[in-house]
Amino acid sequence: MTIMEKKLYTIIIYTENIAGMLNQVTAEFTRRMMNIDTITASSSSVEGVHRYTISLWGEEDSVQKVTKRIEKKVDVLKADYYTDNEIFFQEVALYKLSTQRVLADSEISRMIRHSSARVIEVNDNYTVVEMTGQTDSIVEMYNEFVAKDCMLQFVKSGRVAIPRSSLENRNEQLFNEDYKRKSIKDR
Amino acid sequence: MKKERISGAEALMHSLVNEGVDTIFGYPGGSIMPVFDALYDHTDDFRGVLVRHEQGAVHAAQGYARSSGKVGTCIVTSGPGATNTLTGISDAMLDSTPVVVIAGQVSTSVLGTDAFQEIDFVGITQPITKWSYQIRRPEDIAWAVARAFYIAGTGRPGPVVLDFNKDAQVAMVEYEPATVDSVRSYIPYPTPSRNAIEEAARLINSAERPFMLVGQGVELGEAHEELKALIEKADIPAARTLMGLSALPSDHPLCVGMLGMHGNYGPNVNTNECDLLIAVGMRFSDRVTGKLSTYAKQAKIVHIDIDHAEINKNVPVDISIVGDCKEVLPMLTELVEKASHREWVDSFAYYNAIEDEKVTRKALNPDSGPLLMGEVARRVSEATGNRAVLVTDVGQNQMMSSRYFKFTQPRSILTSGGLGTMGYGLPAAIGATIAMPQRTVCLFTGDGGFQMNIQELGTIMEQRAPVKMILLNNNYLGNVRQWQELFFNHRYSWTPMLNPDYALIAQGYGIPSRLVIERADLDDAIREMLETDGPFLLHVAVKEEANVMPMTPPGATVSEMIFE
Repeated sequence: MTIMEKKLYTIIIYTENIAGMLNQVTAEFTRRMMNIDTITASSSSVEGVHRYTISLWGEEDSVQKVTKRIEKKVDVLKADYYTDNEIFFQEVALYKLSTQRVLADSEISRMIRHSSARVIEVNDNYTVVEMTGQTDSIVEMYNEFVAKDCMLQFVKSGRVAIPRSSLENRNEQLFNEDYKRKSIKDR
Repeated sequence: MKKERISGAEALMHSLVNEGVDTIFGYPGGSIMPVFDALYDHTDDFRGVLVRHEQGAVHAAQGYARSSGKVGTCIVTSGPGATNTLTGISDAMLDSTPVVVIAGQVSTSVLGTDAFQEIDFVGITQPITKWSYQIRRPEDIAWAVARAFYIAGTGRPGPVVLDFNKDAQVAMVEYEPATVDSVRSYIPYPTPSRNAIEEAARLINSAERPFMLVGQGVELGEAHEELKALIEKADIPAARTLMGLSALPSDHPLCVGMLGMHGNYGPNVNTNECDLLIAVGMRFSDRVTGKLSTYAKQAKIVHIDIDHAEINKNVPVDISIVGDCKEVLPMLTELVEKASHREWVDSFAYYNAIEDEKVTRKALNPDSGPLLMGEVARRVSEATGNRAVLVTDVGQNQMMSSRYFKFTQPRSILTSGGLGTMGYGLPAAIGATIAMPQRTVCLFTGDGGFQMNIQELGTIMEQRAPVKMILLNNNYLGNVRQWQELFFNHRYSWTPMLNPDYALIAQGYGIPSRLVIERADLDDAIREMLETDGPFLLHVAVKEEANVMPMTPPGATVSEMIFE
């Protein structure tokens, strides 16, 4: 038996926008006890079509199988999996900091200015900082705020991702009746 | 067209008629009462089969579907009625059987309140159906029913659930018939890749020891003739999976037997001897492959299947052709060259002769001792001219009857292959007699599985369903006992079983029966069973501690079969 390497994969799924769809998709992970790392679900640029971005650690073999099983579902238009070098991806983080602590330590403001973060709210009690980036820089920022003892609350989104491939089809092509037929045939 | 104003329940009747439904297996209850009330006026449209337990309804619908190729239909109530169907739905999912299960549901206004007999049926059934949908408004009925039958019956078939809220059953609607013949996110019949077919043909043309594995897909795709044309032209020996036994007649010169744990020796050994494996409409189940790491490693593998998700699932393949075998096989036949592989084909007979010597002869023609399952199966098969539909339960009865029954007609094996559901056989056989009244339907069951849905004898009585029931009674849960003997040091934990008086039970249901203990009585008893108009219980006392052989032990390589 070859031991396969666990990697972080991102699965992008287009589905019809119907109740219970997310449950159908996540059930495929549950039956294999695969733990989803992040999930982002929202409407896509095509009306009535939702786009899920799911990231998880796994072996390619099982990620590939689960992706196929998801695409097989009647109301799933398309599902593909990617490694990090095949996509652009970003996460959003919000940091709620104590305004009193931020004002007391000018180093905190300097840190924010020298990062890609920005302040979106300041009041007497708290300051909210938003940062878009990859997990490492978001976590690094978090650790720095914690070290400065100014952190009140922290939240981070799952990733959103877009493939690097220039061959990627436009969203609208999901409507093309031959689209799924073709994608099955060419693989 | 003038629209009709009717109730949701009546709209369901119209929609079912539109889909060509002629038989409904079901059981009424609180939240489906408006639908059963509507059925009261539609006795001319549908044959209503009142089962005795909702699990029986689904298995009967499966038997109906598998024997006829049509979609089976069930109607049950919410809550326990719905949950009782889950085993049947799971069975249909694993064995690709087209059934539509319509379940009542509490009114939309009380959804989520733990109302009486409320259960999240869509949520429960999503992982075990092709599609599961709640009909909340009468306006959705025509569309949802049309979509349900379309999805259940097309592509790789499977079960669909419609969860029908009671308020939508009673509300009035301007009914307009609907047709669904496409779903934008669903491609039931992928276009096969021409390149892949050409490459597969090249592999077949250069192979010296090609070997075809035939699954139920050939039966579902009705590609029996197309399969024969290909294997005959290229002289390819073919073995069938349990689910595909009647996809190729048993007596076809290129048919080399059955694959699997209790299959034939030739095909199992030669799986690891061939240089090209061509799998069509089968899914490399673990019961077929044995140990995966040593499965057909020497061979190139071509996999033809309609379901893209089956490709490379268990066995990595060299060429995959995703498409309908009815379409793919003729394309391949056209490209392959006429060939002869006599020596290779004969090598199967060599191994099968070893099996014959060590197992089969003793199973079919014992000199003395108690009756054996194998001889009973073969005698029944021959007494029907090998033209009967074989329905099995699960366990030793299943393996022995499928090993020794012979098949000459399509759609002649109804068995629970994937889920291995004890209790499947009796209700499935009822469904088969209703769908195919012109055929003889023989059920082989054990004393364990027979009692798991024994209540369906009531359905047989009421429907006068002419099921020929062959009860192979060994007073054990035989297959588990066999494993306990072989792998658990003869520790017969919970497998000996005290049986009731089956003659009295049959009598209670007005079903004629006969007990056979002596070999000399067997043929006459079979004759009586087949000559009796209607159902018959042939109760055969078989050897108590007999094993199904040969066997690929769990975890062993496919070619390493044991004979005792």
